[in-house]
Amino acid sequence: MAYTVDRPKLSFSEKIYLPAVLTGLGITIRHFFDILTGKKKVTMQYPEEKWDTHLPSYYRGAPTLVKDEHGKERCVACQLCEFICPPRAITIHPGEIPANDRWRKVEKYPEKFEIDMIRCIYCGLCEEVCPEQAIFLRKDYAITGLTRAEMVHDKQKLYELGGVMTGLVYKWNEKK
Amino acid sequence: MNELLFIVLMSLVKGLGLLFLVILPLVSYTVYAERKVGAYIQDRVGPNRVGLPLTLLGFKKDLPLWGLVQPFADVFKLLLKEDFTPAHVNKVYYWLAPACAMAPSIMALAVVPFGSTLLGQPMVIANANIGILWVFAVSSLGVYGIVLAGWSSNSKYPFLGGIRSSSQMISYELSLALSVIPIFLICGTLNLPAIVQYQIEHGWLISPIWIKGVSLVPLHFDFQEVLHSFDLLKLILWIPLVISFVVFTVSMFAETNRLPFDLPESETELVGGYHTEYSSMKFALFFLGEYAAMIVGSSVIVTLFFGGWHIPLLPTTIAEPYSFWGIVLGLAHIAAFFAKVAVLLFLFIWVRFTLPRFRYDQLMKLGWYFFIEIALVNVFLAALILAIVPK
Repeated sequence: MAYTVDRPKLSFSEKIYLPAVLTGLGITIRHFFDILTGKKKVTMQYPEEKWDTHLPSYYRGAPTLVKDEHGKERCVACQLCEFICPPRAITIHPGEIPANDRWRKVEKYPEKFEIDMIRCIYCGLCEEVCPEQAIFLRKDYAITGLTRAEMVHDKQKLYELGGVMTGLVYKWNEKK
Repeated sequence: MNELLFIVLMSLVKGLGLLFLVILPLVSYTVYAERKVGAYIQDRVGPNRVGLPLTLLGFKKDLPLWGLVQPFADVFKLLLKEDFTPAHVNKVYYWLAPACAMAPSIMALAVVPFGSTLLGQPMVIANANIGILWVFAVSSLGVYGIVLAGWSSNSKYPFLGGIRSSSQMISYELSLALSVIPIFLICGTLNLPAIVQYQIEHGWLISPIWIKGVSLVPLHFDFQEVLHSFDLLKLILWIPLVISFVVFTVSMFAETNRLPFDLPESETELVGGYHTEYSSMKFALFFLGEYAAMIVGSSVIVTLFFGGWHIPLLPTTIAEPYSFWGIVLGLAHIAAFFAKVAVLLFLFIWVRFTLPRFRYDQLMKLGWYFFIEIALVNVFLAALILAIVPK
């Protein structure tokens, strides 16, 4: 069924636009003077002023690898993050943990772990899919570099950015 | 010296001085003002970084200077950009169009008096009797630049922009010219310096009353004359003059392609409108032309309604033009003129950041159904008042 939308009846002052135009000019000039006199301040001067301390806990910055408080590397090179990564930014080369190692039950560790930050879209799927709580999106957002090679974060850089994460589940235990 | 040669040289000095010392800097700083005022209206900061690069000279910090050096950076950017000519354009007209857009707006300034006298020279390049007709004739040539740009670019968005601009400018030219006829009925002349002189004697045309017999330099107050300065004719003529001011100003917005009438380049609909295919300095010429047209429009409004270079309460002429005070007064009149122009430019910018764009049919309707009729009736109203009300 067709709807008939009635046109609103406009009064004379509405029809000649001018009162509305003047009201609008009043609003804009109020904003102009509020900012000019410094009564209101909305924007920040970015490189000098930053909002870093206000970033929420769920902020999705650069993906990083973390170690737990025992200094153990969490990643077991299952490669789930590599497979789920939509832009295929992650490259993992798994290596075998030698038989005489304390953590030999874990079997695999990442020999090479690289995230290409040019490709990364900060979606957080790698963090979501990780069964080992090894990869986390931290609060670094200003990832810059002068060459493409510089923008590829290797394992060392990832651990450097990630640091130590406490309060994680200890899945691997020599006694278990 | 040969008198003709002297006039030619003097006009050249005045013309080049006005163009390079006043208009072009004014254009670049209008762009700066537009960005800054626009930013403030939208609760932003605007350009505030480009200042004096003191770090290049070995100092610790740069001086930001509220971004006042930004126009220079903009000019360098435009000069250094690649000047790209697409393969599909009609080369001759494509190269001709930017000049056609820029030149008319500057040419129109020739008849506008921008000051009283400086060193005995009247501060108007051409004291022509056709005055305002020259402004209308030349500024309507500005449409050729836009139409040529739209047509020669040979792609659809510039073409649409060109079509819109030609129809828009033709429509608003009528009301633009009709709306100022009351002024010529009142002043009895088309000559712009003469109109300014009329306003000095009888008061600015935009003001309903004008108090005579008061002045600051020399200090003078004549109570009798103040009492007798009430002028019924002027008070009644104020009604058609305000109508004519509103119609003229709004038509000027349309004529200079400014928001809310910027349909030829409406970036949200037509990418960039008629200058979509232009880059570098060719684009900059369109840009300069648009802002120069704004400045010319404001100058004409100031001259017609706001008393031109006249400063109330100060003398308009001085006996010895080569004395110190003579030069100061001459410069003060030029400054007063451009201060008034700056206020109107602020109005242009303020309106731009307040009103949304008109729809195309609304624009045409406004021009043909309302403004031309209002302007026409206004002419008869002014003539009637002049005929009935005694002097």
